[in-house]
Amino acid sequence: MSKYELDAKRLLCPMPVIRTQDKIKTLAVGDILEVVCTDPGALNDVPAWCRINGHKILETKTVDDEVIIIIEVSDAGDKT
Amino acid sequence: MSKQRKAVSLISGGLDSLLATKVLLDQGIHVEGINFFTGFCVEGHTHAIRKQDKDKVKRNNALWSAEKLGIKLHIIDVIEEYKDVLLNPKHGYGQNMNPCLDCKGFMVKKAVEWIKENDFDFIITGEVIGQRPMSQRKETMPIIQQESGAGDLLLRPLCAKNLPETLPEREGWVDRDKLLDFSGRTRKPQMALAKKYNFEGYATPAGGCCFLTDKNYSDKLVDMWEHRSSRDYELDDLMMLKVGRHIRPNENFKMIVGREQGENKFMEGYRKMYPYIYCTSHNGPLTLLDGNITESDAELAARIAARYGQGRDADEVEMSVNYPDGKQVVLKVKPMLSDEIPEAWYV
Repeated sequence: MSKYELDAKRLLCPMPVIRTQDKIKTLAVGDILEVVCTDPGALNDVPAWCRINGHKILETKTVDDEVIIIIEVSDAGDKT
Repeated sequence: MSKQRKAVSLISGGLDSLLATKVLLDQGIHVEGINFFTGFCVEGHTHAIRKQDKDKVKRNNALWSAEKLGIKLHIIDVIEEYKDVLLNPKHGYGQNMNPCLDCKGFMVKKAVEWIKENDFDFIITGEVIGQRPMSQRKETMPIIQQESGAGDLLLRPLCAKNLPETLPEREGWVDRDKLLDFSGRTRKPQMALAKKYNFEGYATPAGGCCFLTDKNYSDKLVDMWEHRSSRDYELDDLMMLKVGRHIRPNENFKMIVGREQGENKFMEGYRKMYPYIYCTSHNGPLTLLDGNITESDAELAARIAARYGQGRDADEVEMSVNYPDGKQVVLKVKPMLSDEIPEAWYV
């Protein structure tokens, strides 16, 4: 299990979702990805993408103006 | 045991693609969604940028639809490839800069590539004959099939009974009798079907989420092209068209004036790309300058920008003009009066 960070700051939706999706394709099951965004819409959209594609949301938080979403890559998820 | 057939559905986030997908799911087809981001589906960006809109509920409608349907959704960045569709539409533009027929053909073509790569059997869309004046007419539906290369792998469940049989129907993968015969601009059949499925809260944006159907946005896009040597664009250019008040005092340059705190903050991220102006003697907006700026342009822009700050009624304010190479000039100017700014300067 490895930890990764994805900088999606200044990107507006759906770009944070697309970057998350593309990054997860390169990761292994059990890897942890921390996505950092500035678009508050990412707080809804990235978890929604994870739910429908089977990845686990470990934590979401807002620090100052940054939205942080921590994801565990699941084998039920979309890796195609 | 027969093979589980798989379809990919073009999910826009609107009601028609939601219903079309549900109709196929009810027939036992495995459906996954695909959504293409062209750079112009930017309906949520104003909410994301503007501070006064921060508390409004935001959602991506395609993700919402997929979650409602219980299917996977693949969102694909097609910004680069889409440029050719927008800049050279074979079938021309609609009422604004919307190349709807070419756009639909492009998206179905991308879906054809996707089903080949991912071993899916066919494609579905939420198109309805007569629903849209450009891309959803009986005459244009075969054009989309032909030019995309989808042929009879493209099934439109909501109006399939009004169209020739497709491969999934002929092969018995789907039951044609359970498909629908919607047509025309009325939305009543869709709304009735949504009610039957208990779909509530679906998105109903006029013209879809694409801002190329929006006159103000299209006008800004055309103005940008007319004042550059090339019609090429980047995603940042498209973002800028959604932000601020756009003023073109002369052919050399355009001003983008932040309208509120959220926009000013968003525009701060672009200070390395554009010359910019802000007021040092009073509170006021950030202004980005797009174009080649002479000294007299800078002074004119400073006077206009001062108009939108708290020093608008002062005899003189101090404006800092900053260039991407680090050069900074402080100008003392008299803010322009509102009636000194011609209406024609507003893009």
